[in-house]
Amino acid sequence: MLISLFVACYNDTLFPETGKAVVTVLERLGHTVEFREAQTCCGQMHYNTGYRPEAIAVMKHFVETFRDAETICVPSSSCVSMMREHYPKMAKDAGLELEIEALLPRIYEFSELLVDKLGITDVGASYPHTVTMHTSCHSLRSLHIGDRPERLLNSVQGLNLVQLPAADQCCGFGGTFAIKNAEVSTAMLQEKINAITSTGASICTAGDNSCLMHIGGGLSRQDTGVKCIHLAEILAAREPLTNQEVAVQ
Amino acid sequence: MSAKTDILKSIRQSVGEDRGAELPVNRDYCTSLGLDPEAKIHLFIDRLVDYNATVYRTDHAGIAATVAEALGVRGKRGLVIPSGLPSEWLPNGFHFTVDRDLDYDTLDAAEGALTSSTSAIAFTGSIILTHSPAEGRRAISLIPDYHLCVVFESQIRETVPEAIRGLKDRRTSPITTIAGPSATADIEMMRVKGVHGPRTLDVIIVAA
Amino acid sequence: MSIRVGEAAEAPDFRQAAHALLANKQVRANVRRATETIRNKRANVVGEMPDWEQLRDSGRAIKRRVMRNLDNYLEQFEAACTMAGGQVHWARDADEGNRIVTQIIQSHGQKEIIKVKTMTSDETQLNPHLEANGITPWETDLADLIIQLGHDKPSHIVVPALHKNKAEIRALFMEKMGLSDLGTRPEDLTAAARTYLRERFLRVKVGYSGANFAVAETGSVCVVESEGNGRMCVTLPEVMITMVGIEKIVPSFDDLEVFLQLLPRSATGERMNPYNSIWTGVTPGDGPKEFHVILLDNGRTKVLADEESRETLHCIRCAACLNICPVYRQTGGHAYGSIYSGPIGAILTPQLQSMEHSQSLPYASSLCGACYDVCPVKINIPEILIHLRSRIVENGDRGAAERIGMRMAAYTMSDSGRFSGAQKLVKIGAKPLESLGLPGWSASRDLPAIPKESFRDWWKKNKQ
Ligand code: SF4
Repeated sequence: MLISLFVACYNDTLFPETGKAVVTVLERLGHTVEFREAQTCCGQMHYNTGYRPEAIAVMKHFVETFRDAETICVPSSSCVSMMREHYPKMAKDAGLELEIEALLPRIYEFSELLVDKLGITDVGASYPHTVTMHTSCHSLRSLHIGDRPERLLNSVQGLNLVQLPAADQCCGFGGTFAIKNAEVSTAMLQEKINAITSTGASICTAGDNSCLMHIGGGLSRQDTGVKCIHLAEILAAREPLTNQEVAVQ
Repeated sequence: MSAKTDILKSIRQSVGEDRGAELPVNRDYCTSLGLDPEAKIHLFIDRLVDYNATVYRTDHAGIAATVAEALGVRGKRGLVIPSGLPSEWLPNGFHFTVDRDLDYDTLDAAEGALTSSTSAIAFTGSIILTHSPAEGRRAISLIPDYHLCVVFESQIRETVPEAIRGLKDRRTSPITTIAGPSATADIEMMRVKGVHGPRTLDVIIVAA
Repeated sequence: MSIRVGEAAEAPDFRQAAHALLANKQVRANVRRATETIRNKRANVVGEMPDWEQLRDSGRAIKRRVMRNLDNYLEQFEAACTMAGGQVHWARDADEGNRIVTQIIQSHGQKEIIKVKTMTSDETQLNPHLEANGITPWETDLADLIIQLGHDKPSHIVVPALHKNKAEIRALFMEKMGLSDLGTRPEDLTAAARTYLRERFLRVKVGYSGANFAVAETGSVCVVESEGNGRMCVTLPEVMITMVGIEKIVPSFDDLEVFLQLLPRSATGERMNPYNSIWTGVTPGDGPKEFHVILLDNGRTKVLADEESRETLHCIRCAACLNICPVYRQTGGHAYGSIYSGPIGAILTPQLQSMEHSQSLPYASSLCGACYDVCPVKINIPEILIHLRSRIVENGDRGAAERIGMRMAAYTMSDSGRFSGAQKLVKIGAKPLESLGLPGWSASRDLPAIPKESFRDWWKKNKQ
């Protein structure tokens, strides 16, 4: 299958490893990945901050870039949520209703693509670490991502998945909220950090690097030793297992 | 311009004069639980007990004896009753004061009130009073600290919609719905039973 | 016009208010415990409803219908209530509403009132107005009494004193009620309030209430409550005054069957609250001999004008959105500077004031969406928050720096050439994002180093 990657502006700039991991996983599964270099951003930051005309301009650019793409993979729930929740309304203002309506069903968040479209949960990864999963608000309440990420993680060799307490609680990122209301954001983050460290996991993963940048920033500042890694990077990993772990498998 | 004219004008400016077709309201929520009669009564009793009400069951002939029993358990010697309460509900050996415009201080000093009811809702454990002559005006089941209420099995509805629709011509009477004794959780979310309304509620359920 | 939402117009902005509250460990612990308790109870009783989603849809549909025909329903209500012996008044704003209340009380030569469902009157600041006119208002809801005695402000829509703990309440009661001794259990405190208020319930001749619902079809008014103070206030006085926001209208009596299911489960996590009082005009021989309803606008008709946020007026004040909100959880209600706090406060308070005050509130949210999920009438609060942000931007009320920054970013983001140019610029420092200027971030969070190579550069090198 030819899969077009929309990597998301912040992944492109700050988290290139995530994009590379998506490519690795999809190619390993025998698919072809294309990257349309004209791509930029989904417009979420503008839209959520109240800059709607500016967001519409960005959306138009997205539509032009991906108009004829058959299958689009986005390793960022919040971008997919932006498209599904807000593009239809913004499209009215931009006269792009038909284009958006045609495009949306072809857009998949990364775990949706694997589980729903490609029908696979075991992507042949091995990652011998104790991992906990942060379900971002967008994946939880907008995409209703359900247990897709858990099913993918549970199929990774050597990986020990531990439940995060109060998993439905927001981590406090919220885009510009993290800066405009930094103190409240930080108080929310502290609860998330406490939850994460209580699990004993050494790795915290998610389908959104945005939350992970915020959570990881806090985990690192507090020297917890816990690292944040995007789900795709775990699924791309092929770390050697110790003999013991191989035996357990 | 009067305030009324101004407000109506402002609404019309905001929503426009041309409203188009009326917006539909789907009402596909449950109006019945499909329970058999005994299961319905059991559900009602469960809910009452959950609210700390004490429940008695009897038949028509046993009402007076059950009133006596309830009063005995509570150590009461007498109650206020509304003027339209059937006299055969009253056991001997107790003092019943008929409410003929009793003043609030008298009601406040009373040991409790005995009333009938209009209907009840099994699913929520609610009792509905519409303050007919057998139920009395609102004050008598409010000021005294104890309420003994008679509910007929035939009046128990399953759901809130069934009960609300069943009110029909009683809709514009004063209506009180009661689900257990008054309560508050305003202090550290700890539920305290009994604030201003009657602190004790007993219910007599009468078979058809 | 004097549209007023409590003291919101003078309140500090959210960020400032939150700063102080975040330092108050006691308040935060109280808020956390209280919201968690209600939230879990709500989840249980909502979970047992097979038709919860249908009820939410119906509730929303009824409210949408109300808003589109509010003028007709109000006139219908007026006619039905008048026919039943009630007297209907209209108030354009807070001052007018307050004046009407005062005039009624004074026309009966009275100097006291007992009050229940007091939030709308907090909105209009009725109590200070009454006091200025020599009238003493007695709050009768336990929480409202705590607030009144403590000269405090409500911090929650349903449990306004949830920021206070037992010990604080006990000290307050002992001082204000002149008690030399008082037990420490909630039962003891509740009993003290019962004694304190009972004498007033039986004696005071004028009652005041807000209302949860006003029925256009029958002219009935409905008060939903738990303690019995509502029943006392609407039954025992000779004169009864109800002030109700015009959006509280429901078309038909049977519509109550929807809202009397949605509200108690959402508000207190009960299958049904202990008491509902519904009354229509005046009933000879039962209750007040004179009944007045004041239909209050105070900014509501203007809120109606914006179709994208009109549904703000659908709110039935259950506070489920407060109890679930992770922001409210940290700060409590006082940070919002308004009697309407939490997510609903963040959208309602600024709109009632025509977006002229409280502009920091639409930003007081991480847009996590939990409020929308729990709202019994499905108000899309996150969407409205975003919409209000865009209104603030359109009004030019954000700083020029932000505006220019956002425009530039959009310009950059709508062309990949410009975008990758910008990426290169960012990289020059190859230092953390500090270079992008993220004040506030770094106090608590480390920033990732900017990678040497963007994804698109890697792709160009390796995949083309
Ligand atoms: S907005 Fe919805 S959840 Fe919040 S108080 Fe109003 S009705 Fe309840």
